[in-house]
Amino acid sequence: MKLSNYPIDGKYGKYGGRFVPEVLMEAIGELEQAYYKARKDPEFQRQLDYYLAEFVGRPTPLYLAENLTRKLGGAKIYLKREDLAHGGAHKINNTMGQALLAKRMGKTRVIAETGAGQHGVATAIACAALGLKAVVFMGTEDCERQRLNVFRMKLLNAEVHPVESGSKTLKDSINEAFRDWVTNLETTYYLIGSTMGPHPYPMIVRDFQSVIGKEIKAQFKQKTGGLPDALVACVGGGSNAMGTFYPFEDDTSVKLYGVEAAGEGIETGKHAATLAAGSEGVFHGMYTYVLQDSNGQIQPTHSVSAGLDYPGVGPEHSFLKISKRAEYTFAADKEAVDAFLTLSREEGILPALESSHAVAYAMKLAPKMEKTQSIVVTLSGRGDKDVQTIADYIGAKI
Amino acid sequence: MSSITKVVQKAKAKGNGALIGYIMAGDPTPELTPKIADALIKGGVDILELGLPFSDPIADGPTIQAAGLRALNAGTTPLKVLEVAKQIKQQHDVPIVIMTYYNPVFRLGVDKFLGLAKEHMVDGFIVPDLPVEEATEYKAAAKKHDLDTIFLAAPSTTNQRLTKIVDASSGFLYLVSRYGVTGAKTTVEDSTVQLIKRIQPFTAEKIPLAVGFGISTPKHVEQIIAAGADAAIVGSAFINIIQNNSPTMNKELQATAKALKAATKTAK
Repeated sequence: MKLSNYPIDGKYGKYGGRFVPEVLMEAIGELEQAYYKARKDPEFQRQLDYYLAEFVGRPTPLYLAENLTRKLGGAKIYLKREDLAHGGAHKINNTMGQALLAKRMGKTRVIAETGAGQHGVATAIACAALGLKAVVFMGTEDCERQRLNVFRMKLLNAEVHPVESGSKTLKDSINEAFRDWVTNLETTYYLIGSTMGPHPYPMIVRDFQSVIGKEIKAQFKQKTGGLPDALVACVGGGSNAMGTFYPFEDDTSVKLYGVEAAGEGIETGKHAATLAAGSEGVFHGMYTYVLQDSNGQIQPTHSVSAGLDYPGVGPEHSFLKISKRAEYTFAADKEAVDAFLTLSREEGILPALESSHAVAYAMKLAPKMEKTQSIVVTLSGRGDKDVQTIADYIGAKI
Repeated sequence: MSSITKVVQKAKAKGNGALIGYIMAGDPTPELTPKIADALIKGGVDILELGLPFSDPIADGPTIQAAGLRALNAGTTPLKVLEVAKQIKQQHDVPIVIMTYYNPVFRLGVDKFLGLAKEHMVDGFIVPDLPVEEATEYKAAAKKHDLDTIFLAAPSTTNQRLTKIVDASSGFLYLVSRYGVTGAKTTVEDSTVQLIKRIQPFTAEKIPLAVGFGISTPKHVEQIIAAGADAAIVGSAFINIIQNNSPTMNKELQATAKALKAATKTAK
């Protein structure tokens, strides 16, 4: 069985599934049917292609980072520049696709969760473009840390709902979005921001994000005539990594590396490395790896990058891990910050702190590979949002 | 027939509905839960639903979320909840149902957890984030350990799904009264009454029909029993009393349970 054929009956091997309250089962079934219809409809594809090209600015470049390559003295490093997509991150690939789907399903109100605010902003952008009402749930802790993004969403005509429950962060904003959804099923579309949640969400988000991997494949072929040797992407919920990996799943010569956030170090317990240090569980509607205690309570996470700060991971990543198709590794806060500084100085690109984790691992990997080989790193977003965090981390005054 | 079903049938034979009371085990502390249960049972609760706290309760509104947090902060673990259940069972001949999310059960091992629950005299389980499609292992373990599996039906559940859910359920069917999460409301909507009338023919002669979510006053209980439900599930109304943790808490709980139970009798 080809790996790209999954999900089968909503599952990736044993992972995935649909662990949600009964009240949602019908709506999720409808969503699945609507999505399959849309996927086959050339008119839907034409609309999506139009917005991706004219509004999002795709294709994004595949850029050879010559300075960094020279400095490391190993494999060539290419950067897939998702930071240049509208909104400054890959998130828009998914929100544009799902917002079009919501509109097609006749929904007028779109809800979304957000941690750092990137998915919230991308949802607000897509909804404003398509004339949909956007309501974004965001933990009060995150609202405080990311005040600029809260205001940005408001400017884009979205309503921001601060979430006071639980740890007041991303996982709680997801809980709250589910609670809103069960209350307002008739009018509301839940636009999930990563390859997580109950089936069909992990598949839908992967499919919309796989434009990243498809472009990499075509661009790399055009530049070199072949396939890259390795792909590197950061993993929180896992959407930019899944979008990067999926079109290459059956190309077994291409090594796939997912990089999680090791925070202050796996051994300190202050991290978000779900695949590296977690265990199997059922959380947010899916069977997957989670960070939990021995009683099955979900654990708090830590990462310098808010976008990787999530105690679960997309079920397809769990599947790629145990089937050994992909290798999951991690980078600590300090390594990510170092990579941020290096890429900024060497290449003139400020990467998002999330993407900096992928850059950090690529910097370790490249010197171990031949100069004739190539690595593609997905630069999932731009780092302008992280400048204050970097300043605080290195003790600089702005 | 399971002891849960028997209790409902017994009430029915007397012309009454059954009262199912929900509390969060460990709220405010695991030591106080048996005393709270005692007050509810003395007041007239026929079946006790014990919440087992989970960090991320997506089906619950603010009242039960806060109760879960208080219980977790008081050091409540799944094993402590089972011990509390056993303490209550040793004092009262009342069926106990554990209501929790799937992850704590899954984490300990479904078969192991259900086996332990049986040893602690638990009668059944409600797992709101486990739909029938994902419940194969759980159903098998429950059958092996002779525990009731109470599934939920919702306003959005089609007749076709309903048949599947009724077939998978034992003890009673838990009908969610409305779109939304748990929590007290001021009125029972007409749509809830219509919903009970739609669902009732599917459960009649098969399994008791219990209705929960938003049922908090004697009038609500009266309305849903009159509409055709066999039992009313009340949670947030009790938890609102528990969260104040006043010196007269147990008296208030008993009086509230008594008034709710009385309302199952006046219903026609």
